[in-house]
Amino acid sequence: MIAKLRAILRDRKAIAVCSVILLLFAMVALFAPWISPHDPVKVNLAIKLQPPSGDYWLGTDHLGRDNFSRLLHGARISLGLAFLIFIASLGIGLVVGVISGYRGGWLDAWLMRFCEAVMTVPNLVLVLGMVGIFGPGLGQVVLALMLVQWVYYARMFRGMVISLKERQFIAAARISGSSEWKVIRRHVLPNVLPPILVMGTLEMGWAIMDISALSFLGLGIQPPTPEWGAMIHEGKAFIRSHPELMLYPGLMILLVVISFNLLGEALSERFGVKRRM
Amino acid sequence: MLLQVKEVTHAYRENRTFWSSSRQAPVLSNVSLTLEEGQCLGLLGTSGAGKSTLGKVILGMEKPQTGQVLFQEHDFYKVHGSAKRALRRDLQAVFQDSYSAVNPRLTAEQIIGEPLENYERLSQREQKAKVGELLETVGLKAEDMTKYPNQFSGGQLQRIAIARAIALRPKLIVLDESVSSLDMVNQTYILDLLNKLKKDFGLSYLFITHDIKAAYTLCDKLAVMERGEIVDSFQDKDHIFNSTHSAVKKLLSAMLPEHPRYRTRMRRDESQS
Repeated sequence: MIAKLRAILRDRKAIAVCSVILLLFAMVALFAPWISPHDPVKVNLAIKLQPPSGDYWLGTDHLGRDNFSRLLHGARISLGLAFLIFIASLGIGLVVGVISGYRGGWLDAWLMRFCEAVMTVPNLVLVLGMVGIFGPGLGQVVLALMLVQWVYYARMFRGMVISLKERQFIAAARISGSSEWKVIRRHVLPNVLPPILVMGTLEMGWAIMDISALSFLGLGIQPPTPEWGAMIHEGKAFIRSHPELMLYPGLMILLVVISFNLLGEALSERFGVKRRM
Repeated sequence: MLLQVKEVTHAYRENRTFWSSSRQAPVLSNVSLTLEEGQCLGLLGTSGAGKSTLGKVILGMEKPQTGQVLFQEHDFYKVHGSAKRALRRDLQAVFQDSYSAVNPRLTAEQIIGEPLENYERLSQREQKAKVGELLETVGLKAEDMTKYPNQFSGGQLQRIAIARAIALRPKLIVLDESVSSLDMVNQTYILDLLNKLKKDFGLSYLFITHDIKAAYTLCDKLAVMERGEIVDSFQDKDHIFNSTHSAVKKLLSAMLPEHPRYRTRMRRDESQS
């Protein structure tokens, strides 16, 4: 039963469905200010905790803000930040990993021992520590997540560059008189980037979870900014009377993270990419 | 003198820790050889004899611990910048595994064009014409240049690697087991091609192989390596059959006869001697 389900999920249908869902979320994130019917932060206590109506599709929260508009804007922040973290940590990891793997020697040894040192501490603990030092807030959270994420990319890039270095076309390119920079640009990067991008899809899901988790703990995005984790945090006071306040953002996170994970899984299956190192 | 290897000794590093690294037993010990322009030297030896390491040292990819490699009277490991670039141009290589020797993401045109890009400022059209010419020289079609490596067979890829190596009209090509992974028919084709290129372009080869037959077909002189040393060398390749050295005999006995029937006779000879 489970094996069967997995087989179905591995199918290319999974790629199509997840891509469509994520594309939809991306569009929503991009155009949130124009498509949301109300201002997501406008407080109106006169209409607080209203049930869904023609005007407020998903009702209002405890401060009379439109739930639907807040969810749309939440997509903007969650996806946007996750993407920012993904790109930034990928960038740092790429530079460090490629240099480390390509150069080898003592530089490689030191860089990798540093990465391992970072990896020994659980990510969330490290991020909590950093937020504790820098103080809570959007910028700090992004910075902290970025600083713990890049080491994984660096390890992956390094491993791939090292296995690539054994291939003889690298030696052949050098013998043809190509500069080191040209070898990296033309022979190393094009062979290393696609599989990493596939794995990056999986990491996006994790980044979204991390941001939401930190916001839920009150360490990330601060109210009144609409962010899914922060919304769950605000809604938890009303879990008995109005559980939907937590349910809506929770469902959003679930949907996006599942889509990213299944897409990542399906893509890596497709392109024969191994997960992690 | 085109190439002079003088008393080269080399060992690979291992057991690298933060603070120190130790070296293994030497892969090459006190190796010397010379090669004149237009000559072909066959470097024979069983696996692990240090042949490929010597090839790497000569190609400037592995700095030897001690000793000197002079290519056209210059030490590869002592020249820098444009002088090194100029030296690089005259020294090319063809490797054993043709599948690994080409980047799977590039077309034949890009693969063969790479050395041209690096050294000759040709217009796109000129370079395309040159690549087409090179493809035809090695017995492929000019139209093949748009194809990717997975559309070629191993033998064809080896031809592409040869085309890349001769693109700059080098003086010396190191052939590291270049025909070993090919079947008999392809081996014969490639050896014929190499022979022809040698005559047409006045090339010199350093042919690294364990196959006496292939070396005998292509080379003028031969050298035999065992455990990092050159144990015997022959200015005239025919003398190899008279050698009494055990390493040479071992290689000779590994040579398959034209017909299996002769094999038993050879064994019988051996047991008598």
